[in-house]
Amino acid sequence: MDCENCGERKAKITLTEIENNEMRTLNLCSTCATLKGVSAGGGSAPMADLLAHLGGSAGDTLFDEAGEACEYCGTGAGDFRKSGRLGCPQCYAHFHRQLRALLRRVHGSSQHMGKVYVSTAPDADPEQVRLSTLRRRLERAVEIEDFESAADLRDAIHALTEVS
Amino acid sequence: MTDGPAAAPPIGTHGLDWLDDEGPDGDIVVSSRVRLARNLQGYSFSAHATGEEREALLEKARAATEAAGVLQEADFWEISRLDRVDRLLLLERRLVSKELIGKPDAGPRRGAGLALSRARTLGMMVNEEDHLRLQTLRGGFQLAAAWRDLDQLDEEMGARLPYAFHQEFGFLTSCPTNVGTGLRASVFIHLPGLVLTRQIRKVLEGMGQLGVTYRGLYGEGSRIVGNLFQISNQTTLGKTEEDLIDQLERLVGRVIGYEKQARAVLLREAPNVLEDKVWRAYGILCHARSLPFEEMMNLLSGVRLGISLKLLKSPRVDVISRMMIHAQTAHLARAAGRRLDEADADAFRASYVRRALA
Repeated sequence: MDCENCGERKAKITLTEIENNEMRTLNLCSTCATLKGVSAGGGSAPMADLLAHLGGSAGDTLFDEAGEACEYCGTGAGDFRKSGRLGCPQCYAHFHRQLRALLRRVHGSSQHMGKVYVSTAPDADPEQVRLSTLRRRLERAVEIEDFESAADLRDAIHALTEVS
Repeated sequence: MTDGPAAAPPIGTHGLDWLDDEGPDGDIVVSSRVRLARNLQGYSFSAHATGEEREALLEKARAATEAAGVLQEADFWEISRLDRVDRLLLLERRLVSKELIGKPDAGPRRGAGLALSRARTLGMMVNEEDHLRLQTLRGGFQLAAAWRDLDQLDEEMGARLPYAFHQEFGFLTSCPTNVGTGLRASVFIHLPGLVLTRQIRKVLEGMGQLGVTYRGLYGEGSRIVGNLFQISNQTTLGKTEEDLIDQLERLVGRVIGYEKQARAVLLREAPNVLEDKVWRAYGILCHARSLPFEEMMNLLSGVRLGISLKLLKSPRVDVISRMMIHAQTAHLARAAGRRLDEADADAFRASYVRRALA
């Protein structure tokens, strides 16, 4: 059956309407059904949409591509603006100021009010976590023969182990 | 009896026990779901991590699962070791996301996993967008009970795995829309009355202003089929978990009230039209020889409404919910024991539905 609204596409949805206590049924294609009111649901990527809206004015100043990338995972402001995803938990510390502003717009607040987490899990010591992250990144840098990064990472590991 | 190379347990009827409990308001609310997004310190988020890192994380999650009391009787699957149909079975049961099972041509990411308790529909996706997605599903309208189950799982996992947590921002997530509590609660709700009386848009728009969002059958961006809507909280930060659950519960309670009013109006103003619509839907389902999925869902909507309004004496509501799961393409293919093209699937679906209603 063809769509009773556009007559072009195949009808897939039966829409029943009541107007002035009279019920009528329309066989519609999905496009016309959407236009008639039963919409197809929320956006597919709310974060990317939001960042796009922020782009130009607030977005540019908030997540300035010229700024430094996250020292742990290498995610830069530009990556975040493109994907709407952060690279690692440390990104929240790295982009702290910008994220606080963004979260206030998205959630109406930047302060967590829910469960408080105190880690009792093994290897939760932040120094240890940082160390193991750096060691993993060092291994990777050596693997891909990025010796410049490897040297920096080695220094960072030395600095940490000397302190502790 | 999986035909894949996996030594993992067969999918069987896993994750369907929520269907045994129709739950409160089960004729309107199909199911209630809560999930928590959690990530571990010291690892990049899954999309950013290397294959080795994701596999290391999968092993940690597996070990924690085995030690956790609530998941002790759980099965654990590496998604990459499941065959295509098994992966789709999990998706059709809404136990995994599209992101976890990957695109049909590319397959899942390395390290993608799923843990699922045997006794209850309580589980955990590993290496989805976030390292862990803890989740639970219950029949009917029972968000608070679902949250209690999930909270317990969260406590147990958090004691064994070092969650990434920030004093100001809470539980850290790959996407800032999930940060804070990491909690997304949703109900899967059947609203034919509001659709038929054309009030649905007003209700949905009203919800939008109250921090609540809606989507179709398969989550973000999917279409509305069979007058079924997923309603969930939009924000995750700045409120306690209990407040988020409570607010959604109260709002859904109001939507249920509006739906009942709309049904009462239909029964009063157009009883014959309504009754005809219900019986026609039932008649087609009982006799059709070919049923595309969307058509079936729309007809099932009519039958569910008929049962709820006592215009139909049988089947029971849970039979309808079961059909919504088992008449999906991968479930039909598994029952048929072969690959089904679209025409095959439509014919097979019609025959399945006739038997289920007989």
